Amino acid sequence: MRVGIITTCALSVLAAVAVMRPGEASARDLTVAAWGGSSQAAQKKLYYAPFSAKTGTRIVEDSWSGGIGILRTKVQGGNANWDLVQVEADELNLGCEEGLFEKLDWTALGGRERFVPGAAHECGVGSVVWTTGLVYDANRFKDGPKNWVDFWDLKRFPGKRALRKGPKYTLEAALMADGVEPKDVYKVLRTPAGVDRAFKKLDEIKKDVVWWTAGAQGPQLLASGEVALANIYASRALSANRSDGRNFKVVWNQSVYAIDYFVILKGSPNRAKAVELLSFMTQPEVQKDFPGEANQGITTIAANKQVPKAVSANLPTDPENEAVALALDVDFWVDNVDQLTQRFNAWASR
Amino acid sequence: MTAGAVTTARAAPGGPAHRPLDASLGAQLRRADRGRQIRALLLVAPLLLFLFVNFALPLVLMLAKSIDGREEARALARTGAALASWDGRSAVPDAAAKALVADLGDLRGTPALSMVANRLNYDVNGMRSLVLKTARRLPPSGDATLAALGSIDPLWQRPEQWAAVLRATDRITSFHVLAAVDARRDPAGGITMLPPQQGVMREIFLRTFWIASVVTLACIVLGYPVAYLIASATPGWASVMMMAVLLPFWTSLLVRTSAWVVLLQTNGIVNKGLQGLGLTSAPVPLVFNRTGAYIALIHVLLPFMILPIYSIMKSVKPDYVRAAVSLGASPVTAFRRVYLPLTLPGLASGTLLVFVSALGFYITPALIGGAGDQMIGFFIAYYINDTVNWGMAAALGGLLLLSTAVVFLVYTWLAGSSSPAWRS
Repeated sequence: MRVGIITTCALSVLAAVAVMRPGEASARDLTVAAWGGSSQAAQKKLYYAPFSAKTGTRIVEDSWSGGIGILRTKVQGGNANWDLVQVEADELNLGCEEGLFEKLDWTALGGRERFVPGAAHECGVGSVVWTTGLVYDANRFKDGPKNWVDFWDLKRFPGKRALRKGPKYTLEAALMADGVEPKDVYKVLRTPAGVDRAFKKLDEIKKDVVWWTAGAQGPQLLASGEVALANIYASRALSANRSDGRNFKVVWNQSVYAIDYFVILKGSPNRAKAVELLSFMTQPEVQKDFPGEANQGITTIAANKQVPKAVSANLPTDPENEAVALALDVDFWVDNVDQLTQRFNAWASR
Repeated sequence: MTAGAVTTARAAPGGPAHRPLDASLGAQLRRADRGRQIRALLLVAPLLLFLFVNFALPLVLMLAKSIDGREEARALARTGAALASWDGRSAVPDAAAKALVADLGDLRGTPALSMVANRLNYDVNGMRSLVLKTARRLPPSGDATLAALGSIDPLWQRPEQWAAVLRATDRITSFHVLAAVDARRDPAGGITMLPPQQGVMREIFLRTFWIASVVTLACIVLGYPVAYLIASATPGWASVMMMAVLLPFWTSLLVRTSAWVVLLQTNGIVNKGLQGLGLTSAPVPLVFNRTGAYIALIHVLLPFMILPIYSIMKSVKPDYVRAAVSLGASPVTAFRRVYLPLTLPGLASGTLLVFVSALGFYITPALIGGAGDQMIGFFIAYYINDTVNWGMAAALGGLLLLSTAVVFLVYTWLAGSSSPAWRS
């Protein structure tokens, strides 16, 4: 009897070890990791569900909130459980150089020229175009702010301000508030004097700032009246308008936009299926409905043409919005994020 | 172990009459003891092995990252050798430029290039793109002079960049550990402090310990009476109060933190209540500042204080205090001389639990504190996840571990010397 129990235990341990063997990874379903929220909900509705229905490929979803460290650990650990990941541009650049992502065959994806500038990268396919900019509650201010100079004007627009707890997007806004033209922002920020200038400008409103860390905090801060003006993600604010009946206005003037990308993690056992899904997601007739759902821009030229004006007016890819906006300088941030974050934290502590 | 010690102690005082037998008996006892100890050791061996493989080893490996510069040193081996005699100020010899071109040529197209570029960028801003750009446009090795590098980017003509390269060629590097205390090596090899506008780590460490101390103190003040109330209540009430303590304890940390934001915000319930009662005329800033961080941290950690104190209080018989009072002690004296010393072990473990947990917090202060209320855990996570500067994360983690260990030692020493109850 006793021997029987021990044998059973040993056998079940052996069985468990066999199941957990790394080689079994190839049997898992195509796994996609994106950024959650309204954006991922729209991806599920318009991309993943129809793709599964059409091809019979099961898709497992996961969500994350960025960080090249996580991808490096997954890939170099040798048993990544994600195949397709939506990454920000700095992760795309860093990860591509480090060899964390599969190089893409652009002829299989229908050619780079199908995409808006910057969306076709050797390691990634542009998935969404997002914006961070000045957002306010139109119920609170009838004649709202028009630019970052207004954002700094505590007399005309009394109340607190929400800014991201970090130097990214914050220093850009500060320089534009100090009269720097959008096209010159990164030129100025690349000089030590320019960085000093940005922090000096931030000093002016420092005691009136509420710092946010998670994207979801932005609309909440505005909705609760905690802040009067905010520099937050436009899509989050516009989604709150639709789901919670808010009246948030996005000021496209001097907003900052960037592209997110889908990448395939190096050594993915589902590589072929991932490429298939990438092709599916970038078909214009599939992609064209995405902005209406997620309030984010899309990356193929043909799909952008099919977006109705009522929707595209709320997108960073609209020509009128793009003309007055600033493209996030990824190279600048990859080089400087360490030191500027440290400087930001030192500044914030005082 | 303790049982073995007791057995030996009992066996030792042998009378003179048993002297001939004593030696062999002692040996037998010792052998029996040793056998018991070995069996006990074998029983816990899997646990010890598990702890070593899953806890001690990764910890040591991670901490070693803070001083490990071998990968960089290997990647830049030739450059390091060529720069060995350089004084850190004068023009860099052409041999060093040639060596760098050779090293970068080998690194091109491998993940190691990115690793080296990142490591240099931690030291001097912009080195990452400088190295990647240089690697893309390497001059032919016969033509690899300083001037040739300078024509790729004039930054190569400045000694700062080369000093950074030299610093990255140490096999055992003090770079991250120094950076963790806002210091760095200057080109001459001495240690200089960072200018105050960049140095932030020491302040964050002090802040972390300060916040943890305030939170611990508040938890003692709030938790001790609550534990007493639960311990002395009727079983019915005690279980109701216990539920009130445990329910938030089981709720997700993130949910509790967000709930506090909702309660404490400018137009939140607390502020509306204060204004409704006429206590304040304008909303009090309770959130996105230190006050909010304290409130949320104290709430999250309070159960860790109440539970150990409660469990000790339950074991203290009310007879002791009654006896003290019947012998003429005032209630205050009875509490101070009898009850408090008896419950001190609970208080001590609660304090330690709360203090050490508070040191590692980062989500709660990140969501509910201001920009100046971040604790060291936030920055360790930042270096691990966002910038992948694991050397720096390891150095910060090591410092936190070290200072926590010091606090722990001081604490056990204090607790051990002040209360006999604690020692048992």
